[in-house]
Amino acid sequence: MAYDKFDVLTSTAYPLPTENVDTDQIIPARFLKATERKDFDINFFRDWRFEQDGTPKADFPLNKEIYAGSKILVGGRNFGSGSSREHAAWSVYDFGLRCVISSAFADIFKNNCLNVGVLPVQVSAEFADTLFAAIMADPKTEINVDLPNQKVTLVATGESESFVINTYKKDNMLNGFDDIDYLKNIENEISAFAESRPF
Amino acid sequence: MANTLFDKVWDSHVVRQVKDGPDVFFIDRHFIHEVTSPVAFLGLESRGNSVVYPARTFATADHNTPTINQHLPVADPLSANQLDALENNAKKHGISHWGLGDVNNGIVHVVGPENGITLPGATIVCGDSHTSTHGAFGAIAFGIGTSEVEMVLSTQCIMQPKPKSMRINVNGKLGLGVTPKDVALYIIAKQTTSGATGFFVEYAGDVFEEMTMEGRMTVCNLSIEMGARGGMIAPDNKTFEYLKGRAQTPKGADWDKAMKYWETLYTEENAEFDVEFTYEASDIEPMITYGTNPGMGIGVSKSIPLAENVEGGVETYKKSLGYMSFNEGDSMIGKEIDFVFLGSCTNGRIEDFRAFCSIVEGRKKADNVTAWLVPGSHKVVDQINEEGLDKIITDAGFVLREPGCSACLAMNDDKIPSGKLSVSTSNRNFEGRQGPGSRTLLASPLVAAASAVEGVVTDPRTILNANA
Repeated sequence: MAYDKFDVLTSTAYPLPTENVDTDQIIPARFLKATERKDFDINFFRDWRFEQDGTPKADFPLNKEIYAGSKILVGGRNFGSGSSREHAAWSVYDFGLRCVISSAFADIFKNNCLNVGVLPVQVSAEFADTLFAAIMADPKTEINVDLPNQKVTLVATGESESFVINTYKKDNMLNGFDDIDYLKNIENEISAFAESRPF
Repeated sequence: MANTLFDKVWDSHVVRQVKDGPDVFFIDRHFIHEVTSPVAFLGLESRGNSVVYPARTFATADHNTPTINQHLPVADPLSANQLDALENNAKKHGISHWGLGDVNNGIVHVVGPENGITLPGATIVCGDSHTSTHGAFGAIAFGIGTSEVEMVLSTQCIMQPKPKSMRINVNGKLGLGVTPKDVALYIIAKQTTSGATGFFVEYAGDVFEEMTMEGRMTVCNLSIEMGARGGMIAPDNKTFEYLKGRAQTPKGADWDKAMKYWETLYTEENAEFDVEFTYEASDIEPMITYGTNPGMGIGVSKSIPLAENVEGGVETYKKSLGYMSFNEGDSMIGKEIDFVFLGSCTNGRIEDFRAFCSIVEGRKKADNVTAWLVPGSHKVVDQINEEGLDKIITDAGFVLREPGCSACLAMNDDKIPSGKLSVSTSNRNFEGRQGPGSRTLLASPLVAAASAVEGVVTDPRTILNANA
């Protein structure tokens, strides 16, 4: 599915410092029953955002009005562990987020984000702490994520750190390309390879 | 340069390397189920693509299938809709489909090996993180997202950077009551829930050489729970004996040819891994988890670690214990439980039912325990019946259900109620994993069985010693 291109993003951010946030929290299994990709924001962090009777939990960062409209989430270490459900990445995107920053991501979640147009930005643990501290001190703290220059900056202080992304994925994000277009384009090479497989 | 098993299999599947990018990686076998495939088919069709190699994809319904009355229409309309979507997509694109009621139906990671679809040296993916199970056969197998499911359907390739390599050796002999599940939970506790992120693991050493194929599947299955993309074990005679004669393994001259290749699948003597760990079998006891990720595991006889002694953030640790309603320093043994779940792609195979029966035979289920015993496939059910385990189960006051993923992720009606404590042989103890508000203790079939008959968390060695 096509997604909006990603270039430079400046936004406030939701802070979620809890470590090891797994994809069962990001979207619980009981909300994976759709056969279409739409409205996954509704149950994004369902059991952390809402009581079982549906009342929003006021102290959960994603419910706080002060952060509303942020396009960045700063998450704790090992964000997105567990299940491979791409629904987790869809729910991030559908909630209006385009970037998740963490000091470590689980592999499959990171891949899924890249495939749906959410930029996972891995920073050092120290820089993640700096970001959390800045957001706690001022919830309106803006963060600048510059994909062309692979740099994330705290706008107010200018503190910054560079991040790693391979050139191929970077070009995809910048242009809204995806892997299927690439793979279809080398179809002949793949079919020749398939012929050579023993089973 | 000496190669690892992983290098051999990975490198032989690279169609091309993208400059400063991932490998174009060819997939031999692709499993699909009802939850993560419908959107992939929608994408495929909206782009006007077709399934390029339908014979390389295998569909089975498992994630949200009911585990009672499978002969009746599925009551939940959303689940029924996904099951219909799987069936219709498979039919439309010429893909083999084992739906509800089919003799071959069961959990994808149980039926793949059972039917000989899983082969050494193959690359196997599925929109399910426990695809790592198939690494037990010396395959490279891992979970993928739905975008990648669409890639495989439409091109038979995905784009993956090659992971780093890790070898985990466990040497020596396992003690009484220590099962492959305990070995895996021990390793994960050592590595933590994220310690192997970015790595592909090879398991080596005496313990894995001695282990049955079922046990190896349990260990490889849980690789993802320490963040590894997958885990694998070099194929050996046990592997070949398991596979020979299965429905879809190569036959005759093809088998001989395959064997020649499979015998080359081992890590060469001087091959190097990015990292390597070695553990002693004698240090491992029956394990149980106490927190909300699979890395939070301890020997069943131990008490819950103090916050000051754990790695990682204290806030996260306390939040986790708070969810479980446990305290630092609590003993696990003796905690009253409400539910026992035997099953899942981790422990839903015949050997797991044999282990469970070795404890419950001649005993009775505790009155305070609700137990769900869910075989991984119809073939496992048949084997249970052939071996007379069904009678042991029934006599002990348990009921055998029908195959599916069931309470492992509670997408069907098998949900642990809020606040209830479950000893589960599955793979994840995340908050709400077995139902909103449910609390999960991951353990082996032996610990689950011992706890089911005693009604509290129980060290199976006390029963095994009494039996001896």
